[in-house]
Amino acid sequence: MRFKDKCDAWGLPNDPIDFSAIVCNLPLYLEGLWVTVQLVVMALAIGLILAVPVALLASSRSIWIKALPKAFIYFFRGTPLLVQMFLIYYGFGQFEAIRESFLWPIFREAYWCALIAFTLNTAGYTAEMLRGAIEQTPFGEIEAAKACGMSGALIYRQIILPSAFRRALPAYGNEVIFMLHGSAVAGVITIIDLFGAARIVNSRYFVPFESYITAGLFYLIMTFALIWLFKRLEHRWHAYLRPRET
Amino acid sequence: MFDLHGYFPFILKGMAVTVQVALFSLFIAVVLGMLGAVAKLSKSRVAQVIAGFYTTIIRGVPDLVLMMIIFFGGQLVVNNISESLGWGYVDISPFIAGTLTIGFIFGAYMAETFRGGILAVSRGEIEAGYAFGMTAKQVFFRITLPAMVRHALPAFGNNWMVLVKATALVSVIGLQDMVYNANQAGGTTRQPFTFLLVVALLYLLITGISDVALRWADRKFSVGVRRA
Repeated sequence: MRFKDKCDAWGLPNDPIDFSAIVCNLPLYLEGLWVTVQLVVMALAIGLILAVPVALLASSRSIWIKALPKAFIYFFRGTPLLVQMFLIYYGFGQFEAIRESFLWPIFREAYWCALIAFTLNTAGYTAEMLRGAIEQTPFGEIEAAKACGMSGALIYRQIILPSAFRRALPAYGNEVIFMLHGSAVAGVITIIDLFGAARIVNSRYFVPFESYITAGLFYLIMTFALIWLFKRLEHRWHAYLRPRET
Repeated sequence: MFDLHGYFPFILKGMAVTVQVALFSLFIAVVLGMLGAVAKLSKSRVAQVIAGFYTTIIRGVPDLVLMMIIFFGGQLVVNNISESLGWGYVDISPFIAGTLTIGFIFGAYMAETFRGGILAVSRGEIEAGYAFGMTAKQVFFRITLPAMVRHALPAFGNNWMVLVKATALVSVIGLQDMVYNANQAGGTTRQPFTFLLVVALLYLLITGISDVALRWADRKFSVGVRRA
């Protein structure tokens, strides 16, 4: 039988482990993979941009300035991503004002709701690690910058933020992997990401092991790629911390 | 806005399930984590490889995917076994699947935490134990284990906080935890936001209480340690 016919004639599996359903649905998995990559990359990029001002405000000495960013961080780090996503996707429809506003086409779509939830979630986590890194800046660096006659904004731009980013890099690598794994919840609200693809294949053919293990392998490969990437980045950005080679 | 139409006890019932799942899976995670840490530090090459495989694979795959593999796949395996034994259909409850999965996943994280804690115990304390004529087992349970708690506690606390949040995923496999109940109540009353917000606040309550308890434990286990 030709491959195509075999895929069309595919019924319930006879063997205990049968990967033919997976092979036939590989395009679906690849589509899902693409959606996962999109969601994660966009959420991380926008989340990082949001995190910087939040972290700067949260590291302020004034209680009035830091109250709101701290509350933001506390909420998004303290509650499950699944609940945050549900709050936006299912929850926002409760309000007449949102349903009738121009924003409704966005909040009606599962894709955008998941993206917003992921973005705010990663912004919360990233802001907290940046805040920690900013507050750990050695006094000497700031004093030296002041002695050189730098202004406040210039000190932040040239001294505090670059060194804070460096120090936060290992923790940020973990956050990126955490976001990749967390993004699987998108499949719960009908989005066909990698997890959603596995869900569809499983419900169509009832091959729980094969369908989810395939998705798991994709996630595993991406995780290893990210670990490798961050090792390279650390090698470069932390070059000044390495013992000198003789 | 916080008119819950008498559904609050229903949510609290779900919260009890959430807390149960969290505590049972913490127990499994601690047992597996201890085994994993001891295996990683053991001299046996086989134990090292198995433990290394376990911690790497688990930490590389999303918890939701693992939960599905164990819930649906475990169902299939158990039924195949019971069928060949002539027992008929066995149903795996979402509670057991959820608890096992979360315990299994966080066992891998705990293994790393405990391994770090054990390595941080000063060599002199362990040597002193041997010098007193204790056996390896006695040294482990009387010296290494109590002394490693202090070093492992901060990371243990982080793992627990992440674990609590991971319990929300059991609602996906149909266990009636507080997220599941909130979706139900939210659907009936057409106030999903209200109920989900209540659940979010209850999660903050659980993590808040845990934070206080962990700080207390940290003080207790660090008695006699000089701090800057």
